[in-house]
Amino acid sequence: MTTAHETAPAATASKKAAAAAAPSMNIARVASLITLALLLLVPLFLKNFYIFQMTQWLIYAIALLALNILTGGSGQFSLGQSAFYAVGAYTAAVMMEILGVNYALTLPVAGLICFVFGFLFGLPALRLSGVYLALATFALAVAMPQVLKLHFFESWTGGVQGLVIIKPDPPEFLKTIGLKVSQDMWLYYFTLVVGIGIYIASVNLLASRSGRAMMAIRDNQIAASAMGIDVPLYKTLAFGISAGITGVAGALGAIAVAFVAPDSYTIQLAIALFLGMVIGGVGWLPGSLAGAAFIVFVPNIAESISKGLSGAIFGIILIVIIFLVPHGARQVAYMAQHLIGKIGKSS
Amino acid sequence: MAQAQLAQGQAPLLAVNDVSVVFGGIIALNGVSFDMHKGQILGLIGPNGAGKTTLFNCLSRLYQPSKGDILMEGSSILTRPVHRIAEIGIGRTFQNVSLFQNMSVIDNVRIGMHSHTTTDVVSDSLQLPAVRRTEAAINARVGEIIDYLDLNDVAARVVAGLPFGTQKRVELARALAAEPKILLLDEPAGGLNHEEVYVLGDMIKRIRTDRNITVLLVEHHMGLVMSIADHVVALNFGRKLAEGTPAQVQQDPDVIKAYLGSKES
Repeated sequence: MTTAHETAPAATASKKAAAAAAPSMNIARVASLITLALLLLVPLFLKNFYIFQMTQWLIYAIALLALNILTGGSGQFSLGQSAFYAVGAYTAAVMMEILGVNYALTLPVAGLICFVFGFLFGLPALRLSGVYLALATFALAVAMPQVLKLHFFESWTGGVQGLVIIKPDPPEFLKTIGLKVSQDMWLYYFTLVVGIGIYIASVNLLASRSGRAMMAIRDNQIAASAMGIDVPLYKTLAFGISAGITGVAGALGAIAVAFVAPDSYTIQLAIALFLGMVIGGVGWLPGSLAGAAFIVFVPNIAESISKGLSGAIFGIILIVIIFLVPHGARQVAYMAQHLIGKIGKSS
Repeated sequence: MAQAQLAQGQAPLLAVNDVSVVFGGIIALNGVSFDMHKGQILGLIGPNGAGKTTLFNCLSRLYQPSKGDILMEGSSILTRPVHRIAEIGIGRTFQNVSLFQNMSVIDNVRIGMHSHTTTDVVSDSLQLPAVRRTEAAINARVGEIIDYLDLNDVAARVVAGLPFGTQKRVELARALAAEPKILLLDEPAGGLNHEEVYVLGDMIKRIRTDRNITVLLVEHHMGLVMSIADHVVALNFGRKLAEGTPAQVQQDPDVIKAYLGSKES
């Protein structure tokens, strides 16, 4: 496809582009290295309860990443992510408690099942767009807890009671090499590794041919199909991928909490995820961490300010954030980058 | 011109055969036929509502003709879904520029290569060696086209906010990335000033010669069509009014009547 003489101008073009983007790239790289270092080191100095909360944070960040691929990537809305999360969680719970499968093996299965579920749901959703699609997914989220309670599935799902899972122990080899790691800490690092893997894969996806096809559909469907992009295929793929990743997050959530019950996965979870995506910045993958921090920690902060009015305080914090930075963490990062760039130039 | 005349003897690259389009009770196109030959710049002209855009949308598979056939290198395009038109070598631009506004210029051009590459989401996510090779091939071609259309300075910029003339060039670059055999240009001169139209005309001629691309130009701007087209087809009220060299069509009494009105009225 390529001949030697064609590569030369391309190399100069990409070099020019790289040179223009260099300062911002460096800041972004430093910021991600600092974040990674904090994620690796901070839990070593925390009590188990706080480590558990950090695990929750990472799990929600993975779920937000999934929603970001769907909405930020392919331009489709979903208020039904809690349904995919629930399917992932129940897959893990049923496999571990009823079939006796190792917890780590439940993740790919949960991802696969949810991918298929999301892909199939994406097919009828092709006929809908914008708010109508959001409503259809909303229906999915509303239906899911009741489906899980059905008497028919009770021998598997435990019905209204749900299922209790035995929290996995850290692997033996850590003990033999003399490291004392608690269950919570082990699950934290397990989640972190899974999360980093998913993050890298998602960044790769969005920076390649398939990801560009999804973003093209988001921006202009007619032009996308004129460029040879199979619009229905990539739209349903985006749904499938998003659901699959959400399913992995759900499975991790079930393992970390050691319990699944239908009422853990109501529409409230779906709305919280949607909220988190907006707070993090739609279409900006690193924002998932910020969005997840918001939905995990801000309710706690609100409660510590006032027990009786925690909902109202949460609302006020939310309004203030949306008012000040409508594009969420993405906007904050952009402003910070600008500021650092200015300081760098003047000094 | 000599090149185009030479091509007349060969089988046409694209043949529009007796194409009719009916919307409800309105006949938008009525039995239109013409051929396009390799290396030609064919101008499709006509007053507003003549059916130019309808025909254009048939060629890019947005509309399905109710009668007739369109043959690309001898085989019908009418059985192909819209996203499988690019791969047989039909590229297009849009009347009011339809770019991917939130993406960079270079990514827009990269998407032009979509129909010429094959990867899947799994290998893309894992950045398998095949994906790296594909991306390298994409970048090589895209770099060459960005150089060719002088877009280096804006390559990393997001499309939204670029001047209209630049966006038109980006759209042209995106279409060229697919290595089309036929390039369909829908009113490329729309929104450009006198000087820009002149530059555009040169650019279209240059693309035809450098890249051996056949061009179908749907245009209101008579000056542009008459100066660069080898062959002109005039439409009015969905019918073919006249066909021939620019000079022949310009002197055709029916064409003059359609544009200037008849003496009686």
